[in-house]
Amino acid sequence: MSAMDIKIRIEDFSLHYSDGKESLRHITLDIYANQINVLFGPSGGGKSSLLRALNRLNDLTDVAVQEGRILLDGEDIAAPGYDVIRLRRRVGIVFARPVPLPMSIYRNVTYGLELAGIKDRAQWDAAVERSLKQAALWEEVSDRLDESGYALSGGQQQRLCLARALALQPEVVLLDEPTSGLDPISTSKIERTLQELKSEYTFVAVPHSVQQAARIADWATFFLQGELIEHGDGKTIFTTPQNSQTNEYITGRFG
Amino acid sequence: MLSRQTSQRIAFIVISLSALIVVAPILFIVGYIVVQGVGAISWEFLTGFPYNGMKSGGVWPAIVGTLWLTLGTAVVAVPVGVGAAIYLSEYAGDNQLTRAIRIAIINLAGIPSVVYGLFGLGLFVIFLNFGTSILAGSLTLGIMTLPVIISTAEEALRAVPQSFRLVSVSLGGTRWETIRRVVLPQALPGIITGIILGLERAAGETAPILFTVAAFFLPRLPHSIFDQTMALPYHLFVISTQVPGMPVRIQYGTALVLMFFVLSMNVLATLIRRHYRRQRVW
Repeated sequence: MSAMDIKIRIEDFSLHYSDGKESLRHITLDIYANQINVLFGPSGGGKSSLLRALNRLNDLTDVAVQEGRILLDGEDIAAPGYDVIRLRRRVGIVFARPVPLPMSIYRNVTYGLELAGIKDRAQWDAAVERSLKQAALWEEVSDRLDESGYALSGGQQQRLCLARALALQPEVVLLDEPTSGLDPISTSKIERTLQELKSEYTFVAVPHSVQQAARIADWATFFLQGELIEHGDGKTIFTTPQNSQTNEYITGRFG
Repeated sequence: MLSRQTSQRIAFIVISLSALIVVAPILFIVGYIVVQGVGAISWEFLTGFPYNGMKSGGVWPAIVGTLWLTLGTAVVAVPVGVGAAIYLSEYAGDNQLTRAIRIAIINLAGIPSVVYGLFGLGLFVIFLNFGTSILAGSLTLGIMTLPVIISTAEEALRAVPQSFRLVSVSLGGTRWETIRRVVLPQALPGIITGIILGLERAAGETAPILFTVAAFFLPRLPHSIFDQTMALPYHLFVISTQVPGMPVRIQYGTALVLMFFVLSMNVLATLIRRHYRRQRVW
């Protein structure tokens, strides 16, 4: 791959929780724009922590130590006084389990817009249609937008959650094992959706399996016990990794 | 040695009996009061003033007074109680301050109601010079009701899944927006139930109003929160102990009105809870 635009530059970033559970040590990593950037490795390796540092959801957890910088288009979003509300509108997230808010499908999608102070009904309608189409859910729900988000199947719920994140037109979308609870058909729908959307968004994904990592990664980074072991383009990492630990993990010798 | 089957059977019988023993007193009390008191219930009894040394007439001023006091208790206890519950559930960490607050709430719940009455007399009636008034009585009942409202509201708030909060924050919500738009609406049925149960208890209390608001007899209804008022529990106490030759029928009739008032609040709370539980998605 040729020279890519760097969307996020992580510089010597370290993080420790107060409960001592997961930690990250001196991570330096570039996240490329309009690519699917995959973070993978055994659980407890720090992928999710890094993901949540990218939109400061870590603020809700008990972080004991945090050092280093995370530059989003050159701005240090890890800096203490940074406007996290604005950040979270620019960097959306989809969680492992689908969690529709206890409201209608329509209002799930407009929730973020309402918070952003957008009150125009026409703008809502446009955002709902656009983001549900992007999440490949529009055809299935366009005639029942007033139904509860919980009236949908698990796979539909997760696409609703994706649509909800996309409604704010974020620049970056974080995906934390977004298909871990889904059947193979729903999973492949979501994977295909990501491929179609990456011209408009930058994705940072923690896949739920090595196979999925290999399928979707434009770029891949292998994490082990809080350290970055190897980083490269997806093809290289999953066919000819340079590091023996990476090789052992992707071939299933541990994990 | 008993065989395992026999000991199992004995355990079952003992446990079933315990359950029955719980139900029996309530059935007996309700049944007895209804049988003894229903004869007293009439339009005049419900809407008239007592006269003839309270041996005739009705309980209207006591009903009105209890309504005033219940409303006053709500005005005092609901904002403070729900606010404290939101603070404890959504904002407070686990530290010295919150532990102290929790201990205070537990102790507040353990104070005998007559002590609240004396406290209300000292603070509101005398020191703050509110006099014997609905204001003083409502404040006293309100403080007494706080622990019930705080603990049920906090429980209702904590029952709302954490994931809703995380989602709301991840979509650019502040903590307060998250509470107001997602957490509170979901917790509301539980909070309302707790409020009604708290008020129901306040409505039936005698000791806290004894020195702070309740009047032995008043020939008129209260006009403002600075007036004294009659109230059902105290009126019942008065006609049961302070008036010689009081017809038993009127005593039980009054008890029946009070019990109906309190039980209907209870039923209302149950209906609200059931209605919303059916709609709940989590």
